[in-house]
Amino acid sequence: MSTGILLQAAQTLLAILLAPLLMGWVNQCRAWLQGRSAPSIVQPYRALRKLFHKDAVLAHDASPLFRFAPYMVFASMALAAGIVPTLANDLPFSPAADVIALVGIFALARVFLALAAMDIGTAFGTLGARREMLVSFLAEPALLMVFFTASLISQSTALPVIVATLAHKAFAIHPSLAFAAVAFWMISLAENARIPVDNPTTHLELTMIHEAMVLEYSARHLALIEWATAVKLFTYSALGIALFVPWGIAAQGDVAALPLALAAMVAKLAAGGAALSLLEAVSAKVRLFRVPEFLGTAFLLAVLGMLIHFLLEA
Amino acid sequence: MRIGDHDWSLDAIGRHRWRGRMEPGRLLALARAVKDEGGQLVALWGTDDRRDGAGFGIHAAFLTSAGLAWVSSALAADAPAYPDLAHIFPQADRMQRATYDLLGIRAEGAVDERKWLRHNAWAEDEFPLRKDHAFRPAVSPRGPEAYPFIRVEGDGVHEIAVGPIHAGTIEPGHFRFSVIGDRILKLEARLGYAHKGIEKRFEGMDLATGARLAGRVSGDSHSAFAWAYCMAVETAAAATVPGRALWLRALFLEIERVANHLGDLGYLGNDVGLAFGFAQFWRLKEDWMRMTASLFGHRYLFDRIVPGGVAVDIDDAGRAELDALARRIGAEARELKAVYDEHPTLQDRFADTGVCRPELAAQLGLTGLAGRASAQAWDARTQFPQTPYDELDVSMATQRRGDVLARAEVRFAEVHESLRLISDILARLPAGPVHAPLEPVRAACEGLGWVEGWRGEVVVAVRIAADGTLDRVHPHDPSWQNWPLLEMGVLGNIVPDFPLVNKSFNLSYSGTDL
Repeated sequence: MSTGILLQAAQTLLAILLAPLLMGWVNQCRAWLQGRSAPSIVQPYRALRKLFHKDAVLAHDASPLFRFAPYMVFASMALAAGIVPTLANDLPFSPAADVIALVGIFALARVFLALAAMDIGTAFGTLGARREMLVSFLAEPALLMVFFTASLISQSTALPVIVATLAHKAFAIHPSLAFAAVAFWMISLAENARIPVDNPTTHLELTMIHEAMVLEYSARHLALIEWATAVKLFTYSALGIALFVPWGIAAQGDVAALPLALAAMVAKLAAGGAALSLLEAVSAKVRLFRVPEFLGTAFLLAVLGMLIHFLLEA
Repeated sequence: MRIGDHDWSLDAIGRHRWRGRMEPGRLLALARAVKDEGGQLVALWGTDDRRDGAGFGIHAAFLTSAGLAWVSSALAADAPAYPDLAHIFPQADRMQRATYDLLGIRAEGAVDERKWLRHNAWAEDEFPLRKDHAFRPAVSPRGPEAYPFIRVEGDGVHEIAVGPIHAGTIEPGHFRFSVIGDRILKLEARLGYAHKGIEKRFEGMDLATGARLAGRVSGDSHSAFAWAYCMAVETAAAATVPGRALWLRALFLEIERVANHLGDLGYLGNDVGLAFGFAQFWRLKEDWMRMTASLFGHRYLFDRIVPGGVAVDIDDAGRAELDALARRIGAEARELKAVYDEHPTLQDRFADTGVCRPELAAQLGLTGLAGRASAQAWDARTQFPQTPYDELDVSMATQRRGDVLARAEVRFAEVHESLRLISDILARLPAGPVHAPLEPVRAACEGLGWVEGWRGEVVVAVRIAADGTLDRVHPHDPSWQNWPLLEMGVLGNIVPDFPLVNKSFNLSYSGTDL
């Protein structure tokens, strides 16, 4: 049990601490692919340090909700990072939430961010909150469908069971998961405010989704939100790994497998980050009203995955 | 000069440029004749002539089938007014309002009499461009002011106010959107935040310093403004400019056009999230500007065009270098165009976005690059060429769609045409001096310069006092005509597409705020 708690703490801390590194890696790859000289891979840490050293500026009309939201968002993402198995499977936190509750945790963070954006009453905050809701109400059902497809294989919505079934039982090819994986990738792009749905590097206020919601934040509040954004990307990547390429994650109580698990995780995240930056380098941002089509396609693929599961296996 | 079936007795001042004075009533009739003929109003400005014993003056520059006609009317010293031209040429609206703000000359019968350039920086009865108003470099703001924006009412309509301060490093301007959800019902721009008193600053300047200031009216159009100013001064002083200098001026103007188009094409990619296009086009632009810096001593060619000629020459080695770079950039731009052409998301974002239909463009006087993308086939280099364009046979790029894609296509075509012109100019550059000092001006005189800059036609009108200093200079940027079309072009589009539409026009704030 104590090993489990130790592992749990280590894994959660690792996720939170490594998350900006993944962000830095994606930024670096993207710069290379665009033919620019890249910023250092630790640049996100420097940005966080800078923000934590600044004095926060608050709008006159900001309510306590506005100040509370960044902590809530960060806490939600930290919790999610603790639940998703990155290194070891079936840790003490895992039974706290299955995949459906995980979607709820992401939604909780989003609701607080959207409320905070509307709280100060600027045009951009409301604009961003409205668009964020448009994206998320389409993304969430698609995400659930992806989870259901994976759950059908392992007969459980609990992540440890899914991982154990896929990684530690006899190797089997699940065609349904291929469709679910593509759907999950598309949803991840939308949920993490990446191209082609949102552009994390834009300066054009009128085109922003996620950035428009956090325009009024500064200093430690902004640092927490930026960090939470990095943790979210990390958690989504870990989730994708757990669902679709779980090989390497240590089985329950298997401490000896941890070094290999760490190496596997780093390699998979590096590959995933490089793939993400490649996709971003060759894609343009779609017109906002095409986002429903984009997420509709993701939903359709997830449903197809489920149908294939029934057709081939049931 | 005949327009319609009437001879308006205008005198030629230089090639394709005409000058006339007439009663305000006849000015109105001329405006109607120009409109009937399919011409346009290009510029409108006022002068304070009270020192000469007269009153005020109103000046208009019309684009006609015979060239640019500069027509003026004398107005009374008390309560000066002239008949409204905006009901014939809607593009006159903001120029009329600016003329009132600066000089107190009213357009009688104008529908829109709201202020334009003044932002409470000077009092209601103060008119800074009048000669009895002292130039004050620092003006204390009188606090915020209410500007009556046109309101859209109805269920679910709300306003988004953007600017004048933006998230990116761009010029200041306020945009008021009336929207339902993300769909734009109305856009109204409020400019004038970059008003610097440039026209006032010209007064009393010597001719050489005036060239430096003229080039800085809008920094991205330096060569266009500097050449137009010098053309005006040289016309006024009846000076002859060496042939090699004129060819070099054209070279500078085309270099400027290529640099701006490359930069804009990169920005257009960036605004749809294709940072690859941004990085690649800006790499080309950077190579281009480094070459201009090494050959001519300034990345943006500032102060290379001076009254009487140009300040810098090019040698044979430089010609070969520039020609080689022009060919390389042409080839690379062609490759990048293939990337843009075959990128489905980019094409989807560009096509049918920010449409200015040809009929609307003609009605509202859309001009320059944006005009050519909406079938307004005017290019002074082709139709009214000055030396050396009369020998270069410039081919005009036009499109009919009037959307962001069309404006991008015109830019691509103009990049290649300009690169061809550059190679041509370099090959045929005549020998001789590049500068002939101007004879000192000993009597009051006036002149007009007209140059097709990268954004559109740049017009500079100059009046020189008897002591040889500048009395009145009016620099006109084509953005005056095009800003209102931007407001029309985004109607029915969605708010997140506005930055893209805006960038496809890429209008100047500084050039119109003056």
